[in-house]
Amino acid sequence: MSAIQFVLLAIFVVSALVGYKIINRVPSLLHTPLMSGMNAFSGVTILGCLAATAATGTLGEPGVNWIARIFGYIAIILAMLNVVGGFAVTDRMLRMFHSESADRTEKTGGQN
Amino acid sequence: MLNSLISVAVMAQSSTVNIIPNMDPDKQIPYLVLAGLLAITVLIGISMMSKVNRAVAGNLLGSVSMALAIALTLWAFDIFSVIDLWVAMLIGTILGLIISRKVTMLQMPQMVGLLNGFGGGASMIAGALTLINPGGEDPFSLITSGLAIYVGSLTLTGSIVAAGKLHQVFTQKPIVLKGHQFWTISTALLGFVSAILFVHPAFASGAAKIFLIMLSAIISGAFGIIFSIRVGGADMPITISLLNSFSGVAGGIAGLAISDPLLVAVGGIVGASGLLLTQIMCRAMNRKLADILLGKTSTPTMKKAAQGATEVKQADDAEIELADEDAQETPIAPVAKEDPHLDWLMEARRVIIVPGYGMALSQAQEQVKQLMLLLESQGAKVDFAIHPVAGRMPGHMNVLLAEVDIPYDKLCEMDDINDQFKDADLAIIIGANDVVNPAANTAEGTPIYGMPILSVEDTKHLIIMNFDRQPGYAGVDNPLYDESADKVALLLGDAKASLEKIFAQLADR
Repeated sequence: MSAIQFVLLAIFVVSALVGYKIINRVPSLLHTPLMSGMNAFSGVTILGCLAATAATGTLGEPGVNWIARIFGYIAIILAMLNVVGGFAVTDRMLRMFHSESADRTEKTGGQN
Repeated sequence: MLNSLISVAVMAQSSTVNIIPNMDPDKQIPYLVLAGLLAITVLIGISMMSKVNRAVAGNLLGSVSMALAIALTLWAFDIFSVIDLWVAMLIGTILGLIISRKVTMLQMPQMVGLLNGFGGGASMIAGALTLINPGGEDPFSLITSGLAIYVGSLTLTGSIVAAGKLHQVFTQKPIVLKGHQFWTISTALLGFVSAILFVHPAFASGAAKIFLIMLSAIISGAFGIIFSIRVGGADMPITISLLNSFSGVAGGIAGLAISDPLLVAVGGIVGASGLLLTQIMCRAMNRKLADILLGKTSTPTMKKAAQGATEVKQADDAEIELADEDAQETPIAPVAKEDPHLDWLMEARRVIIVPGYGMALSQAQEQVKQLMLLLESQGAKVDFAIHPVAGRMPGHMNVLLAEVDIPYDKLCEMDDINDQFKDADLAIIIGANDVVNPAANTAEGTPIYGMPILSVEDTKHLIIMNFDRQPGYAGVDNPLYDESADKVALLLGDAKASLEKIFAQLADR
């Protein structure tokens, strides 16, 4: 195992600990959007999919591993669905939360 | 001349690194710096999600960071102009936007489950491609690629089964195979071993490698199916949350395989958050994670607990089916002539409403809001008590109630509101059972013993709207149902119909 791989493992552990710390502060009120938001982030694997798909060869040049590349397309579509669907749905949910005071100003604003 | 050459070589060695295979060494340092910055903005975005008023912005920051991360990756690997990658991304984006518009709040648990599965599937393929592509033949890359296939594949199949159960494509009841425990453990171990086996020289190339990739994916996928088909309806939130963690871990491992620090960092964060939510839910349900993982659904203990009940009923599951089929026809049980609960409603000054999944099933949120407005128009103070495991995923009730514009300041966590029940005039329980069952405090040896519950029994009057008198998922009879009619009014039947009836009766007065 090279030094950089050791560093990568360290990044994994540290970010897990930091994430744990931060997420512990999220109130249970928001646990559903938190979960779908985290779900969107898990689509970060798109980065790996893009790099791995591109590495199957260069378009227009010989030696492209087409079977691998088509699997790569599937992976990109799935990961993108995960990312975009996840963030969009989280946004939809979060916008539904209104506080009482905000509601009141809205209402009085409408009446005036 | 030689001197300058040496110094250039030294400089080159110190300023350019070759960490990431397939990436131009000159771009690696800027890439790492920018990736580090994006990891920080992701963390800031997530931490903004701890406050409701900043959560929308936090989510936006997260999604922008993700878009930048994609752009950065395309730039760093010199693949910005590779058209087919963009086409694939566009297709995924359009599909993602379509399903995010179509999904209802009630369907959110299965939506999250399904998307999770997609992420896992993508990580699995990324791992497989990394093995097939040239470069990265060191043991570390080989093992991490193998593990990405393992975790990715089990996340994919496990999530699809979980989402299918929640969507009622498959039965919600736990499916137990012959020797289930054996199959769970052996597929788990074999999947893991096959992932590690990629370091063996026999699988270094060609057909043997492809064969092992497929074998590994199939065994791990079988493990995902076997472990999730055994989970019953009410344990599904825990499974979904655990699979969420897995999908993060799968991404992180894929990041280790291709040496991508950003992927590793975000994968670690997601993995940790899923695990934390899983822990919170386990605590709230008084279940051990290991029991759920090994498929020990509460069935064995339930038999002991149900004593009186003729057959241990997967009450929750049955209730779901019944509610769906007969919701409209079920007559509301006749209530006592005087309908004391109408007086309670009229007179109460302090009311706490306890919603459960039954409310969601009968889609009574709008009626619940009307009830709240009605009580408030009489000057009563109304709050909602939300148990951590009410609904089908953590925080599900809050989203359902927010959808009908109930202000979130009224949605109280269990610990914040539990000591207010004794000062309240009236608690209205709508489609919740186990989370208010006082047997959790007293009935030793039952699955819910020790589970923290909402102390509704401290309140002066209770109105309980439940579908039937059957015990809840845990199979423990609820003593509240047998309380005297002076304290408890039991309105059996569909929650929406019960509420409509109350409104009609009050209007007649």
